[in-house]
Amino acid sequence: MMDIFHMDSFILYALAAGMALALVVGPLGSVVIWRRMAYFGDTLAHAALLGVALAVAAEQLPMAGVVLIGVVIAVLLFWLEKQRDLSTDTLLGILSHSALALGLIVLSVIQSQGYNINLMSYLFGDLLAVDRSDLVLMYGAAFVILLIFSQLLSSLISISVNEELARVDGVAVEKVRFIFMILLALVIAVALKVVGILLITALLIIPAATARLFSKSPKQMVLSSVLLAAIAVVLGLYSSLSWDFPTGPAIVVSASCLFFILRVILSCKSEKMDSVSAE
Amino acid sequence: MIEQTDQAGTLLLTAENIGFSVRGKTILTDVSLQLHSKEIITLIGPNGAGKTSLIRILLGLSHATTGRVKREENLRIGYVPQRIQVPDVMPLRVCDFLNVAGLYRMDQCQQILEEVNCDYLLYSPMQNISGGEMQRVLLARALLKMPQLLVLDEPASGMDIIGQQSLYETIRNIRDKHDCGVLMVSHDLHLVMAATDRVICLNTHICCTGHPDDVSEHPEYLKLFGDAIEGLALYSHHHDHEHDLQGNIVASEHCHSCEHNQDMK
Repeated sequence: MMDIFHMDSFILYALAAGMALALVVGPLGSVVIWRRMAYFGDTLAHAALLGVALAVAAEQLPMAGVVLIGVVIAVLLFWLEKQRDLSTDTLLGILSHSALALGLIVLSVIQSQGYNINLMSYLFGDLLAVDRSDLVLMYGAAFVILLIFSQLLSSLISISVNEELARVDGVAVEKVRFIFMILLALVIAVALKVVGILLITALLIIPAATARLFSKSPKQMVLSSVLLAAIAVVLGLYSSLSWDFPTGPAIVVSASCLFFILRVILSCKSEKMDSVSAE
Repeated sequence: MIEQTDQAGTLLLTAENIGFSVRGKTILTDVSLQLHSKEIITLIGPNGAGKTSLIRILLGLSHATTGRVKREENLRIGYVPQRIQVPDVMPLRVCDFLNVAGLYRMDQCQQILEEVNCDYLLYSPMQNISGGEMQRVLLARALLKMPQLLVLDEPASGMDIIGQQSLYETIRNIRDKHDCGVLMVSHDLHLVMAATDRVICLNTHICCTGHPDDVSEHPEYLKLFGDAIEGLALYSHHHDHEHDLQGNIVASEHCHSCEHNQDMK
């Protein structure tokens, strides 16, 4: 077992990066759950690979490529949804897999041209390789995301409850929805290094879903999911270092364990209450 | 159309020659109306008459194909939809729902719920309240905005007679207290009569409009008021133009186009 008071700097960096992620996945994940956007998150994540490949080819930051492709996907989805002849999940299925396939093609083309991209690190994350410049970028992005999110929260709650009521109350529904999609793309960019493309949606969904189990109000759910995501990061990192698990999957499994433990406890509790009230 | 109102209310909203069609199907043609403060207007008409389309256009949720809607500047509209379904995945208490934007204090929420006789619901989850309670909570939410115009889409649907009566009474009290204009859509003709200043009968176009106040002074009406079936029959009587229709309202095209009112029964 390692001594947590004598951690190497790479562990501190990893922990800091995980915390940056926890700060943003909780709030945005809550809204993703309210608005049933899990599949959209997945689509953005799949498309992120294309963004990374294009960014590497253009010798830009991978994060910039991810955000750019996220915006393209959001615009495409907006336009396709307006046509009204196909449902959103079908459209997302088309976008998600087209983007992933295109990403793999671009990746192989640029690899054949001599660019060195470690596909595995993008698919599953590489938290222990986070360096100082990554951290600066991640916290910068997290700050911007939270700043915009806090301005948007009441509108997001409002349109999640009922879009028409929100519209009559003067909420610019389309604008809010669009900005939220861009924020999600930014979160995916932040999460890329931590858990990788394949597991990003898990971190958006699981802590927020766990928070839903006991939350009474939207704001409580947002705050609790940050806390739960942070606990999952710490547990995941700890188990990864202790037993040499891959870090990203260890964080996701920790989050799932929290979910199932709480689910079982709360179910037993409500059953007990039911039997008491039945007597 | 010449509009006159004996109320001292100010003009809130004007609709001019509204036409609306969806995929070639005509929903509304040439609908003009004015809404004033302190006035309760009820929109009635058979299913598919375009009532919901019309209020959606007035609210700005849909755009009219032809004609235009003019709202007073910065008009505060409180909207009470027929019903809403709060997703189960959202933890939301009544107080959170009332105060989504975080603009009000808890005691204001409490007070507004008292006004609609639902103050015991303050901390209840939105998913746990009944249909009738939902209507009142939706009404409370609309009232928190201090609306100048209150728009209600079938506020009493799915309620029993007692519930409906008390809801209409609440709406009337609200009008008296807040001096707002009220536009509601309703099927419950007999009960609405008592709580309405003007009835607009819609069936794609405006068939006729009238002052039920005058009707309600009719001794036969007073005798029959509260009796659902007779009340309904009397309403039709008002419709079949043997009754004086306060000529100031009815334009020529209305008079012979009311065969639709048979559908409403």
